[in-house]
Order: sequence, then structure tokens, then C-alpha cells
Amino acid sequence: MGKLSKQIILQKITSRFGEQISVPTDPFGLLTFETSKDNIREILTFLKEDKELQFNYLTDITGIHYPENELGIGVIYHLHSLINNVRVRIKVFLNTENPVIPTATTLWQGANWMERETYDFFGINFEGHPNLVRILNVDDMTVFPMRREYPLEDPNRVDKKDYFFGR
Amino acid sequence: MNNHPVFTDNDPQKETITLNLGPTHPATHGVFQNVLEMDGERIVSGVSTIGYIHRAFEKIAEHRPFYQITPLTDRMNYCSSPINNMGWHMTVEKLLEIQTPKRVDYLRVIVMELARISDHLICNGILGVDTGAFTGFLWLMEEREHIYEIYEEICGARLTTNVGRIGGFERDFNDIAFAKIKQFLVKFPPILKEFEKLFNRNRIFIERTSGVGAVDPETALNYSWSGPILRATGVDYDVRVNEPYSSYEDFDFDIPVGNTGDVYDRYIVRNEEIWQSLRIIEQALQKIEKEPKGVFHADVPEFYLPPKEEVYNNMEALIYHFKIVMGEIDTPKTEVYHAVEGGNGELGFYLVNDGGRSPYRLHFRRPSFINYQMYAPMSAGMLLSDAIINMSSLNVIAGELDA
Repeated sequence: MGKLSKQIILQKITSRFGEQISVPTDPFGLLTFETSKDNIREILTFLKEDKELQFNYLTDITGIHYPENELGIGVIYHLHSLINNVRVRIKVFLNTENPVIPTATTLWQGANWMERETYDFFGINFEGHPNLVRILNVDDMTVFPMRREYPLEDPNRVDKKDYFFGR
Repeated sequence: MNNHPVFTDNDPQKETITLNLGPTHPATHGVFQNVLEMDGERIVSGVSTIGYIHRAFEKIAEHRPFYQITPLTDRMNYCSSPINNMGWHMTVEKLLEIQTPKRVDYLRVIVMELARISDHLICNGILGVDTGAFTGFLWLMEEREHIYEIYEEICGARLTTNVGRIGGFERDFNDIAFAKIKQFLVKFPPILKEFEKLFNRNRIFIERTSGVGAVDPETALNYSWSGPILRATGVDYDVRVNEPYSSYEDFDFDIPVGNTGDVYDRYIVRNEEIWQSLRIIEQALQKIEKEPKGVFHADVPEFYLPPKEEVYNNMEALIYHFKIVMGEIDTPKTEVYHAVEGGNGELGFYLVNDGGRSPYRLHFRRPSFINYQMYAPMSAGMLLSDAIINMSSLNVIAGELDA
């Protein structure tokens, strides 16, 4: 089987999921499109299991937070088709109050810790995840620190505290 | 092994013992904790606890200008920090669409391959220590020292190098640096040969390592493995070839692959990669001869700090210096993913930019973090001593694991 060019891959995806995905863009040569949480599992399964596309390598799962948007929490998947050597980026935006999305661990074992990390920092609930607990932060933490409302505390600058200057 | 009944800790019927391997056990080479259920010498199940040296780099990076994020990347994989530094610089250059001159690319390739060599040297040397052969480790540490001396000549630092700037290097390589690199290319191969003589066909070493932690390619891909440990299973995925960066397409080198994915294959793949890196460095030195001398950064005054003496004497330089330091230069509002082949695998930088001086969101795809998650499941059924060498051949670096 020869290599598929990016245009053909794009065509295949849009003809299959024309309505369910946003218009794909191509920033710096990486196919990018958005979809909704209802379709994400179907799209990931299709991309992984299609005999020609073969996006069988999950590069990364991560999150992002846009506090001013209504659907403010984003989940970003990076998939890689090693055979065709094409990457694709899929974004799903979720409700900030209650971000829930189906897990990808059923497709890739490697998604386990990536989703745990995303949960740990953004509080995104991956439905069906076998062990969705904090991974890098301490277990009794109550907040999701990568959300924008939590400022960075800079413990190094105790020298600039006001009380040193009699204010 | 996996059919053991599970009892609570206080149950008198419980036959297994719980063993804390780590977080500060000398055999784990870093802060890794694994809570193992042991049946005698055999591991029944394990749970990895990570995050002991989590330093919130992604949060800090949202509050730092681009050029101040380089030192953060140093502290991820501190065995090969130049690769992290340059991976980050290339990510920003991709975002800003900066074209670096060929000479800069080749200089970068030299430093990155030196870093890869030092990374693999540590891993293979320590694998020797864990299998009971201390000599090889000491043999190789001296050579790592020579690589660090080259770093010192290039940027002044040894471990956390902070080498290079966005657009190139902060200074040109001096003659001593080139001399030391050439000397390394002459003196190192015989020592590596001697090291291979000690291990490659060593009966004890083969008995200890072959068959341990064998992984088939499907499982490895399903767990998103990358780097030497993925190639040891037989998958020829290397970012340097798949998506060449820093002019890797100009070089002639091979991608070694294994076939069983066990500890012995990983060892062989790493050793072979060292030979390939030496080949690349040799070619790079030849190519640099043909490039114009003294070019060590791209001509992008908006992003590359001018020399200090010009800042005090030259109006234009002063303006650019001010604009760069105060962050008054617009950057494109877009997102970029850039991956480099780190010592342990695909090191990715996902950068979302909102046009400001610091990233809106920066995510590091850290190969150690993703590779390590298979450690506990694959340890089940192993002997404890096998699990130790399995961990050291995964070459998980605590700083990269926790970020």
C-alpha cells in the first residue's frame, strides 16, 4: 500500500464526517479540526481502524482553558499515522462547569496516563477511564491548577513584599 | 501469577507482601516509587506513583517570555538537555517562521548528537551496573565527561546547558570547541568498542538481559512508546527521518532496529545509535567547512538579542533590545506542534500562542512520561531483579517524567 497524501486523507475524513467536524485548517502543515464530544469516539475509532488511514499512534492528549468562552475547556488529541507519516490534531470543546468526554483508553492503552494528567490539571472527566485519579499533583488537592483562574504564585520573590518597604 | 486472590493488608490469609520500591531506592536512579505486591521474588502486581519532583513547568511557562522558557526545558531530560533546548528554539522558530542558516543547523546537529551520545552512555553504563558489571560504567563516564567539556566550551555550562537562543546560538563555537569535538571523534570509538567487547557477547550479561521485558510492536505502539525502546521492538520510527528538522535530511545515517524489544535489544539499539551519531557528527563537521564562517544565528533582529556593546552605542540595537526585553513585538496567533527525537523518544512541544510575549498554553509531550506507564503492567510476573534492569533500560528520567 502506497503512502496517502494529506489531501486524500483530508478528503476521506471530510466525506465521512462532513457535518460532524469543523472546516479543517492546516497550521504549519498539521491537519486540525474541531468536533463535538458526541462524535469524538466514532472519529477516533475510524481514524485508528481505517485500513488506509491507519492513525494508529496516539501522540498526545492535552487540555486547554479559555475562560471567556462558553465551551471553555478544550481537549486536544494529536494522532500520527506512522505509515503515511501524517499527523492530525483534533479538538473538542466542553462545558467549563461539567467537562465530560468519553475516554480513549478503549482504543489506546497509552491514553491512560495522558488522560489522568489532563484530568489532574484541567478537571476533565474522561468517562469510562479505568482509574481517573490525580497523577502529578498531591492527592488531596482540591483545584485544577492549569485553569486560568489560578494565578501563578511566585515564591521566589519574597524580597519584593510590601512590608519590607514599610508600606 | 495474575490469578492470585487479593486480600486486604490485615487479612491473615494474605500471602503476598507489599514492597515499596523507591521513591529513593539506589536501584531506581531517581525518584520513582513503585508499590509492588510480591510473591517471594516474583512481582504479582505493581502501582507506579509519580510526581515527586513535579515543578509545574507548563504553568510557569505561561508566565515567561519565550526566551526564558529555555532553562525550564533544561530541567526535563537533564541527561540530554541540549536536545530539549533546541527542540524548544525550533518550536518558536517554526511559530515565527524564522529560517536558520545551514551552518546553524549543522552546529545544532553536532550538539544534539553529542547529547544523544551522552544520554545513551548513561543508560547503557547504568544497565551494566544493574547487571553487576561496574567497569563499563566507569569506562563510559570518562567519555561523558569529555562531552560535558565540549558543552562547557560552547556555552559555559555542563548539565543544564541553556545552550542556544531563538534563531541560533548566543556565540560561535571557538577553535578549542572544534578541536575537542575532533579529539572526541578520534578517542571515543576505541573506548566504545572496548565497552562493547565487555558486554555484547558476555554470557552473564546476555543471560541477565535477553528475554527480559520483551514487548511486541503492537503493544508498544498501543502504549505510544517512542525512541530507542520502540525501535528495539522493530518499529523504525525516528522523528529525525520522519519529519526532519534542523537539516537532518542532509545526513546519511541508519536507524537501528531490534526485533524482540527486550532489554538486550534496547542495549544493542542504543549502542548502535551512538555509532550513527558519531557518523552524523563527522558529516556535520565536513559540511560546516563548506559553509560561510562565523554565521551562528539567523538574521532576525526582532527576536535575536543584539550584542551588548552595540546596545550601548547603536540606536537600532538599543531599540531592538528594548522591544525584545519588554515584549513589544507581535507574534502570530496560532498553534504549532514541533517534535524532536530526544534521548528517550519523541519530545514534542505543543504551543498555543495568543500573540503575546509568552505562550497561552505550552504542553510538553515528554517521552519518559508516556513510556513509563507500561512499567507497572509489564512488571507483573517478573522477578524483582529483572524489573530493576527493565527500569534502567527504559531510561526514565525523573525530571522528564514529572515536568
